[in-house]
Amino acid sequence: MSFTTTRIALSSILHKEVNRFMRIWVQTLVPPAITISLYFVIFGSLIGKRIGEMGGFDYMSFIVPGLIMMSVITNSYSNVASSFFSAKWQRNVEEMLVAPVPNWVIVAGYVGGGMARGILVGLIVTIVALFFVDIQIHNIWVIIATVMLTSAVFALGGLINAVFAGSFDDISIIPTFVLTPLTYLGGVFYSISLLPEFWQGVSKINPIVYMVNAFRYGFLGISDVSLAVAFSVIGVFIVTLFAIAMYLISRGIGLRS
Amino acid sequence: MQAALEISGLKKTYKGGFQALKGIDLQVTQGDFFALLGPNGAGKSTTIGVITSLVNKTEGKVCVFGHDIDSELDKAKSFLGLVPQEFNFNQFEAPMKILVNQAGYYGVDRKVAKQRAEKYLKQLDLWDKHDQPSRNLSGGMKRRLMIARALMHEPKVLILDEPTAGVDIELRRHMWDYLRELNSQGITIILTTHYLEEAEMLCRNIAIIDKGTIVENTDMKTLLSQLHIETFVLDLKPGAAQPQLQDVDHRLLDDHTLEVDIAKSQSVNAVFTQLTEQGIEVQSMRNKANRLEELFVTLVANNDKGAQ
Repeated sequence: MSFTTTRIALSSILHKEVNRFMRIWVQTLVPPAITISLYFVIFGSLIGKRIGEMGGFDYMSFIVPGLIMMSVITNSYSNVASSFFSAKWQRNVEEMLVAPVPNWVIVAGYVGGGMARGILVGLIVTIVALFFVDIQIHNIWVIIATVMLTSAVFALGGLINAVFAGSFDDISIIPTFVLTPLTYLGGVFYSISLLPEFWQGVSKINPIVYMVNAFRYGFLGISDVSLAVAFSVIGVFIVTLFAIAMYLISRGIGLRS
Repeated sequence: MQAALEISGLKKTYKGGFQALKGIDLQVTQGDFFALLGPNGAGKSTTIGVITSLVNKTEGKVCVFGHDIDSELDKAKSFLGLVPQEFNFNQFEAPMKILVNQAGYYGVDRKVAKQRAEKYLKQLDLWDKHDQPSRNLSGGMKRRLMIARALMHEPKVLILDEPTAGVDIELRRHMWDYLRELNSQGITIILTTHYLEEAEMLCRNIAIIDKGTIVENTDMKTLLSQLHIETFVLDLKPGAAQPQLQDVDHRLLDDHTLEVDIAKSQSVNAVFTQLTEQGIEVQSMRNKANRLEELFVTLVANNDKGAQ
């Protein structure tokens, strides 16, 4: 495929993916805004006032980056998982498989769609947060890089989940039993420096700790982990998951008989 | 004439050991209207799946306009348009979006794709539904939408897997006309169908597949010429005498329905002459069964005997 035809194929998948979540915006964009508003009200305004400061900032300011990141992670993942699984289930994934679309374009198209939703939801949540707290920005480039890379990691994860999924139940198992616990234990609501040393070590196995902390550094300039280590961890995840996704799509696992 | 499709030694064994294709050889020339016939589970859809890369082959070679799917898959894919048996488009998307996106997967510019989508939707009487969710379309409309989708990148070979299944007679005939029109424009058409009449009406060449092997591969005229005997059903005027026919196998089904087997070497006139001499009036006459159907049943039955 020439550069132009590849570009058109990629933009077609992206167009389809963005169109899909925009068409059902009540299901895809509104719930995160409501959920996050509740988090702000309960954990920020009500409980947060009793907690006081964390990491040198009031509790509400401390949790905002984590909550934004939590929305980005959840939405990037679930967008690709549900969209790709639906395409498999309705068999319209065959539209791409019979066409001369390179496998990396299929992966990039779906991941791009997941990132678009994740980042859009992140923006919505950020706007909602402005009603509760004054958001400060320490380093905008760290914020942009972290949100984009993290979104890509979880969009790739959602794609891999969808490839293996045999039913709609299978695309909710990982978010429920893996993603949610890792996010809650990933330093969204607390600094891992509060934990005993042993549990700090255990927490550092959790990749979300690095993403949340790098993101928080972009806003507040504080982090429990080194920024270089955080970006390295995210980079390793992207390369590994992209390689797995490419292998699965090119072998046609779950797609070709 | 260049071969649009060449298949040699094609084998497919699914996980679990079921051998769907046992070494198929097939050639379809450019511009042909080709029928691939076979009973359920014969291997038709598997063959189409391999050609379109939806099914991984176990062994063999497939070339589309000389491009091997093993080494030049993208090139081979660009020549093919597929109309699958099952509806496989996003039921929540509108026809226009489905068509424009499909063209995009082949690198067709969005502006050009919109013009083509409008052309095909109008040709296939779907234009008034172009912006409605496709789940609201009737079965026949969905079939036509899949034909339009397969044409969006202007393929040289159009493969249709039972395209008129569940379509009413009037619509089926419209689709036949449309497919003839496409074929006259130079598009090679490969068709699988359960309607043997459809194959007889449309196709110039035919292959019959059964249990993963090709049991017949020839042109339609040669195949039909294999029929030595044709059976006619004559409706006699009630109250007529019992017919006695010389040199013709015949059966009286009831007091006014006569079935006669007439060999190619015999004349239908001879039967009428004898009936007239006996004072028997024939009110109407029809073929007992579709000719191709008889052949199909015979060939598949022979293959069954061979397998035993």
